[in-house]
Amino acid sequence: MSLKLTIPTALRKITGDADVVEVQSGTVQEIIEQLDRSYSGFLSRVCEDNGKLRRFINIYVNGEDIRFLDNLSTRVPDGAELSLILAIAGG
Amino acid sequence: MSFVTGLKCRECGQIYPKQPLAGCEQCFAPLEVEYDYEGISRVLSHDTIASRPKNLWRFRELLPLDTDPVVGLATGSTPLVRAHRLGRALGLNELYLKNDSVNTPTLSFKDRVTAVAINKALEFKLHAVGCASTGNLANSVAANAAAAGLPAYVLIPDNLEQNKITATSVYGARVIAVKGNYDEVNRLCTELSERYPWGFVNVNLRPFYGEGSKTFGYEIAEQLGWRAPTAVVVPMAGGSLITKIHKGFKELERLGLLKNEVRTSLFGAQAAGCNPIAAAVKRGSSDIQPVKPSTIAKSLAIGNPADGYHAAGLIAGSGGWAEDVTDEEILAGITLLAKTEGVFTETAGGVTVSVTRKLVQQGRIKPDDLTVIAITGNGLKTTEALKVEQPISIEPKVAQFEAAVSGLAARA
Repeated sequence: MSLKLTIPTALRKITGDADVVEVQSGTVQEIIEQLDRSYSGFLSRVCEDNGKLRRFINIYVNGEDIRFLDNLSTRVPDGAELSLILAIAGG
Repeated sequence: MSFVTGLKCRECGQIYPKQPLAGCEQCFAPLEVEYDYEGISRVLSHDTIASRPKNLWRFRELLPLDTDPVVGLATGSTPLVRAHRLGRALGLNELYLKNDSVNTPTLSFKDRVTAVAINKALEFKLHAVGCASTGNLANSVAANAAAAGLPAYVLIPDNLEQNKITATSVYGARVIAVKGNYDEVNRLCTELSERYPWGFVNVNLRPFYGEGSKTFGYEIAEQLGWRAPTAVVVPMAGGSLITKIHKGFKELERLGLLKNEVRTSLFGAQAAGCNPIAAAVKRGSSDIQPVKPSTIAKSLAIGNPADGYHAAGLIAGSGGWAEDVTDEEILAGITLLAKTEGVFTETAGGVTVSVTRKLVQQGRIKPDDLTVIAITGNGLKTTEALKVEQPISIEPKVAQFEAAVSGLAARA
């Protein structure tokens, strides 16, 4: 039971240049921990020391920002679209 | 000649060489352009600036171009107008408007940021430019890209005002309306920036782009006789402009070009239907809780503002505040400015005027504070937000005119 996660360029040094990685379904938190086991240092790049998501990275499940859902506890079902995207300004 | 030494992460301090780069590769925070201020202080004086043509390049040492600009040559140096009648209406004795609704080429402050970004795209030899926009940026990218001979790909939310679409397409830009709000458009734009080697002005050209906004602050100080004002009121969408106005004042102070110390209180203005930064300031926090925008001030409808954290922190540290106003108050702000000063602004300007009124009523801006309000866009772009009375129609006869006028007088 798995889903695909798109990795932004800034994190591809950690994933050995992979732009899409396959992960097992679970909560966002569990998926980040899975990735940290596969790619050492992933957790500390994405989360601060207190475990909170870094301020300038956003995570979307099926296009919805997880801050409108259950933050890191948001469940990501099989086949869902999960993306990590840098916060960007504009107007 | 350039005084840029590199790009520096605003959070962790990591240094990067000049290049198209969206954010820090370590902590993802925004990057600031770093300058050799000692070198600049040796060449930039009040006299040098005064000797140059009236456009934003009179501050060129403080802008991140390596070569002479090719586009945006007439941008900036917009009027700073003493607003006596609006001041009386709001209860302010020393009120000024910084009027970027008459900026060139596209009638908003965004002409400042694209002047830098499009020239930078040419310097980096990028073959196309793009952006996500709530309208003003779209107009400005399209116009300056056309002038530079670059193709432009402009992504907008599909609910944008018709005039903002027309004033983008006319320049030959490829305009793509995305089903969703600005934050969704912006997310798509960020994903596209990973796939296409273009200059996305608010993504990989963002560190340079943002620097153009500093000229809004430089000009205010120069037009006030090289003084920083007591208070500024600035509309906030992504939150960048207010931080760059502050950076502009601080740079002039550092270069010894100001007659007073920068103690400017920063006041941020948002719409009640999209107020993530104002809400954070009111909570006493700089943590931004994103919102789903619902407001007629579409140019400010960014629910997930990337510079919100920085803006909220600076506002609190300056002794300022942030407020938000309803759609009705926004329309009242537009008409108040038009009827007192003869300046027609878009919805964002209505936000700024009505927030200023609120701040004066709250006692946060005092009657004698030298206050500048930032009018950032032109009213002709958002006419559909306004419901104005239709004119009385008459036959070309004197009697009908007199009847019509006496009817109007009775109504007034």
